[in-house]
Amino acid sequence: MSMGTTEAVLSVEHVSMRFGGLTAIADLHFDVRAGEILSLIGPNGAGKTTAFNIMTGFLKPTQGRVLFRGRDLAKLRPNDIAMLGLARTFQRTSVFAEDSVLDNVLIGLNRHGEASLLDRLLPTPGARRRDRATLARAEAILDLVGLSGRAQEKAGSLSYGEQRLVGFALALAIEPSMLLLDEPVSGMNASETQAFVRLIRTVRDSGITILLVEHDMPMVMEVSDRIVCLSYGRLIAEGTPDEIRRDPKVIEAYLGKSAAKLERREAAHA
Amino acid sequence: MSRVIAPLLLVVLALLPLWLKDPYLLNALIITGIFTLCAMSLNLLLGFTGQLSLGHVAFFGIGAYVSALTALGFDVELPFGLVLVVEPGSPLLGFVLAVLVTALCGYLIGRLAFRVRGAYFVIVTISFAEVVRLVALNWVDLTQGPLALTSIPNMVLPLPGLGETVLRTKMQNYYLVLGMAVVGYLVVAQLVTSRFGRAMRGLQQNESLALSLGINATRTLTVAATLSAAMAGAAGSLYAHYLRIIDPDVFLFSYTVTMVIMVVAGGKGTLAGPLVGGLIFGLLPVALRPVMAPEAQWIVYGGVLIAILFLMPQGIVPALDALTRRLRRARPAKSAPGAVEAGANP
Repeated sequence: MSMGTTEAVLSVEHVSMRFGGLTAIADLHFDVRAGEILSLIGPNGAGKTTAFNIMTGFLKPTQGRVLFRGRDLAKLRPNDIAMLGLARTFQRTSVFAEDSVLDNVLIGLNRHGEASLLDRLLPTPGARRRDRATLARAEAILDLVGLSGRAQEKAGSLSYGEQRLVGFALALAIEPSMLLLDEPVSGMNASETQAFVRLIRTVRDSGITILLVEHDMPMVMEVSDRIVCLSYGRLIAEGTPDEIRRDPKVIEAYLGKSAAKLERREAAHA
Repeated sequence: MSRVIAPLLLVVLALLPLWLKDPYLLNALIITGIFTLCAMSLNLLLGFTGQLSLGHVAFFGIGAYVSALTALGFDVELPFGLVLVVEPGSPLLGFVLAVLVTALCGYLIGRLAFRVRGAYFVIVTISFAEVVRLVALNWVDLTQGPLALTSIPNMVLPLPGLGETVLRTKMQNYYLVLGMAVVGYLVVAQLVTSRFGRAMRGLQQNESLALSLGINATRTLTVAATLSAAMAGAAGSLYAHYLRIIDPDVFLFSYTVTMVIMVVAGGKGTLAGPLVGGLIFGLLPVALRPVMAPEAQWIVYGGVLIAILFLMPQGIVPALDALTRRLRRARPAKSAPGAVEAGANP
């Protein structure tokens, strides 16, 4: 559509997830296209995080399947999926709290700058060179997210917003082709959020597809190419930010039936 | 802190026998060194992956028996009327086999136990140690059971210029153990600062996050268990060829407890922690012996442990780390309030 390309990077195909009697997700079906920023929105409990956990292998769907770059993720563990280039962040602040910010990113860089066990036990020049390259890479990532000045501080001692950036830097460290962000700006103030929006755009422009779950509606409307709206585990609307903003089903889901009626009446009068 | 403590200890320990000639003290130092090696191996699991192996003595004991049996030779009856006869071999071969067999045991236990972690891992390791102890006790054909394996030959080292040297004296064994401890320390140090060590740290702190970064939990933990077991097996081999007699008591649960105490009191997850803890709790009984009755020794031993953990809940080495950090920070500011308790950082 507006993106010029319609190739699906990630396909969620008729996915359902039931926990005992509770249906968290029912027949969820949508594509994420290469190079776009797609947002997944919906009221609390709509099943957004559950959908994330299914896409990244932390949960296995009761029905349906998820394809990443044409590959079925059904049998893969979370770490395998990460290795395919599908990275995620977590809703709660997720950092290695006891380690420095730099060490955090180095843990994230684990799949790169490979130094084998043998290399390590007999430190060869090759291994040392790879170590230096890894360090340079970590510094570049910290520079990108704006945490260079914090590199030596304990991640757990950073502010909430900065910890979210560390989480983002960690996800970038695995050099993903797609990034799932679970409420990345919650806990950030307005200027931090603005900086983060710029950061997301930079990352997308570097060729990384982004799927975003976020409650900050102005931010979602500003940054998204397309939006998918969930309510009670079902997809109720899909479209551009403008289409979603006007969709009566979305308004109803967020504000209740009467508000939706009111909105429609106002629209009719206008 | 580990960077200061470890080389310092090495210099002191390397020079010690030059004036310390008392065979009783030398013996105590050798045994302490062997258990410190065990503590270092346990630290790899407990300190860096957070998994408590309460059957760690099993690897120590298996290492001791494998090495001793290789050196002594044995014959056992197998099913279908077969008899397996193994001729006596070199203690050096015994050492290598001890390392390999315990590594395999560690690998299998790791594969089995890390599917169910935490408390289940503790139970699996305890059970494993108990099963191995009962085998050693009851398979009299192979192990002589409670009669013990005796006349185990001393370790042999192919020294450059001297040919194969039998390490008979306490002094020789002292340096052998010290050398092995250095090797063990360097292996652990290389590991934990590597990519592999970062994976372990990541898994211990936040497993979901580590998985999301592509870290393979099963493989990382299994490798840690394998290496840890192999180190304990090496210690067991040294023990067997030094004492020259072993019985099923090498599988005593209290040995595992001693290793855990050494690691926790010294500071788990630090490189120098097991060294400091190992020396203190290995030599404390020796220091107390001339001054008090055996019952009182154990009370003091327990009291020292409680005092250390009460004052330095993270262990001695992390507490020293915190102290030096505070001194360094206080000096340029020219204000040293010192109101915060050392190591009170939970």
